[in-house]
Amino acid sequence: MSADTQLEKWEVFIQSKPGANFVHAGCVHASDKKMALQNARDTYTRRGEGTSIWVVPCDAIVASNPDENDMFFDPANDKTYRMPTFYVMPEGAKAI
Amino acid sequence: MNQQEAMFKYCLRLGDNALIRSYRLSEWCSNAPILEEDLALTNFALDMIGRAQALLGYAGQIEGKGRTDDDLAYRRGERSFYNVLLTELPNQDFAYTMARELYLSAFEYFYYSGLAGSKDATLAAIAAKTLKEIKYHLSHATDWVLRLGDGTAESHAKMQTAVDDLWPYASELFESDAVDAAMISAIGAPDPAALKDSWMKHVSAILKEATLDVPTTMYTHTGGRNGIHSENLGHILAEMQFLPHAYPDAKW
Amino acid sequence: MELKEQTAVQSDLLKSFEEKIGRDDAIEPKDKMPDAYRKHLIRQISQHAHSEVIGMQPEGNWITRAPSLRAKQILLAKIQDEGGHGLYLYSAAETLGISRSEMIEQLHSGKAKYSNIFNYPALNWADIGAIGWLVDGAAIVNQVSLQRTSYGPYSRAMVRICKEESFHQRQGYEIMAKMMAGTADQREMAQDAMNRWWWPALMMFGPHDSESPRSGDAFKWKIKRQSNDELRAKFIDKTVQQAEVIGLTIPDKDLKWNEARGHYDHGPIDWNEFYNVINGNGPCNKQRMDHHKRVHAEGAWVREAAEAYRAKKEKQLFQSKN
Ligand SMILES: [Fe+2]
Ligand SMILES: [Fe+2]
Ligand SMILES: [Fe+2]
Repeated sequence: MSADTQLEKWEVFIQSKPGANFVHAGCVHASDKKMALQNARDTYTRRGEGTSIWVVPCDAIVASNPDENDMFFDPANDKTYRMPTFYVMPEGAKAI
Repeated sequence: MNQQEAMFKYCLRLGDNALIRSYRLSEWCSNAPILEEDLALTNFALDMIGRAQALLGYAGQIEGKGRTDDDLAYRRGERSFYNVLLTELPNQDFAYTMARELYLSAFEYFYYSGLAGSKDATLAAIAAKTLKEIKYHLSHATDWVLRLGDGTAESHAKMQTAVDDLWPYASELFESDAVDAAMISAIGAPDPAALKDSWMKHVSAILKEATLDVPTTMYTHTGGRNGIHSENLGHILAEMQFLPHAYPDAKW
Repeated sequence: MELKEQTAVQSDLLKSFEEKIGRDDAIEPKDKMPDAYRKHLIRQISQHAHSEVIGMQPEGNWITRAPSLRAKQILLAKIQDEGGHGLYLYSAAETLGISRSEMIEQLHSGKAKYSNIFNYPALNWADIGAIGWLVDGAAIVNQVSLQRTSYGPYSRAMVRICKEESFHQRQGYEIMAKMMAGTADQREMAQDAMNRWWWPALMMFGPHDSESPRSGDAFKWKIKRQSNDELRAKFIDKTVQQAEVIGLTIPDKDLKWNEARGHYDHGPIDWNEFYNVINGNGPCNKQRMDHHKRVHAEGAWVREAAEAYRAKKEKQLFQSKN
């Protein structure tokens, strides 16, 4: 007998209502795309939590390395000119 | 048989199909090949219970004697159940269950599509809601028949056995009798006999794609629609109706 | 690397890990973590997952005999949720580098455990009420606390689970309430179920703090945030009143409100029974495991077929492209 298979792992993303972001919900196991979608539906939208589902094979997910967080994310911390509050607006100007 | 009696029996037939099928589907709970499929089959069982509630509840209204969906489900004898035999056969294995689901869902897809256009507003509404569920059931069963038919040698053999063994039970779905005739003329219900060709074409195409042989048996099992069942139904009812029988005065 | 250097790196890692824990930052799968933390989590989460899945069986025993369509619907939806919980938890454990197949193998070999409570039989319909009310009620006390556990995927699974659990306890209590308001037979069944499930439910929280001190790794690493006795007291305090409201007697003659502690005092728990069941001698240990092994073995051909079909279709697609 061959080794046990519990099928492939897929990450599941759910959109809770039209226009909303897809949010990671969890994982399901499935052998193919269609099964992955169906399993995601039965696992994560039983209470009407979703209007749309994405499934992605787990091994297609690339994650950043927490050891590189310094070089990866810290440089964004001092770029305050990307924020609207950085700018001084003249007194009395409206709708800006 | 007057119009009301025909309508009552008609609703019981539809409701009993859902009720007994829900019983068999619910037996898969904690018994499925993988956890995800356990959740899926339980969902189908829940769909069927919901459908049974709607149809048996409506049957009770038509009868007009104050019987509820629960009264009809839990306090009726075997000879007054009118589900088709296919729904009461044991699950056997996953291939059998998928073959049964394919046969029933394919039939219901055509049947409920017709019923959704019925002149009876209640049945039309139930059918419209049910049709959404049926489409999903059909797609799920189709996928599994393809996977199992065209999977391994072992799964192919099991799927073929299931398809063959259940085939003689499929014809009962297309029987058309006085009850159907009354409903066809009264509320514009579909004629089951008229759906056989579409069903045959649809199911044969799936079986062929699944590399399975389309059975050629002519023999057909029948009786459920008139209360003559296989030995299985008695056991189902003995178990399902146990508490209401043992404690007739209790409310649960 | 020299051994000495390695240990230095190790202790650096441990330091930054413990700083994170100290700041209440969640630990995520790719973060460095001590091996013992990883091992502890795998053991705890997989045991939790197995409990959800094995827990489907005692309630499953009544699916075909549920006494009304509504009751059957609720029970099925509830058991289905438990299966889902098992699934979320297996996924959380998988982020630590163990596969679901391995976890199932460990369950079958006896290396991994599941909650003792599911080694008791569900004998009458009131047991379905008692399980929902007492067993899920006890579980949720623990699970609410675990929402703040330090490992991100585990904590997120607990948040989802707690949301879904909210109806489980209520449906169980509703069954008990209905039966206590029913016939003499029903009241007898309800009290009988109460008598059989009360003590095992208290055992679900594990040994007394005196046996299993708060100072262990699980606390240091904030995997566990409240002690066994704290959680047990929480459960007892809220359950006693609920029992009174519907007229059930708690089978403990020593149960008494302790004004000074602000908690109920309870009689001695039979830890002999507890360890007996853990060691495999509960009424249903063998039955539960046999069921799981049988289902797993019977499903193998289906899972293999699904994989084989996918492989075939991929090959066909590849050939048609070339
Ligand atoms: Fe649970
Ligand atoms: Fe749960
Ligand atoms: Fe629960």
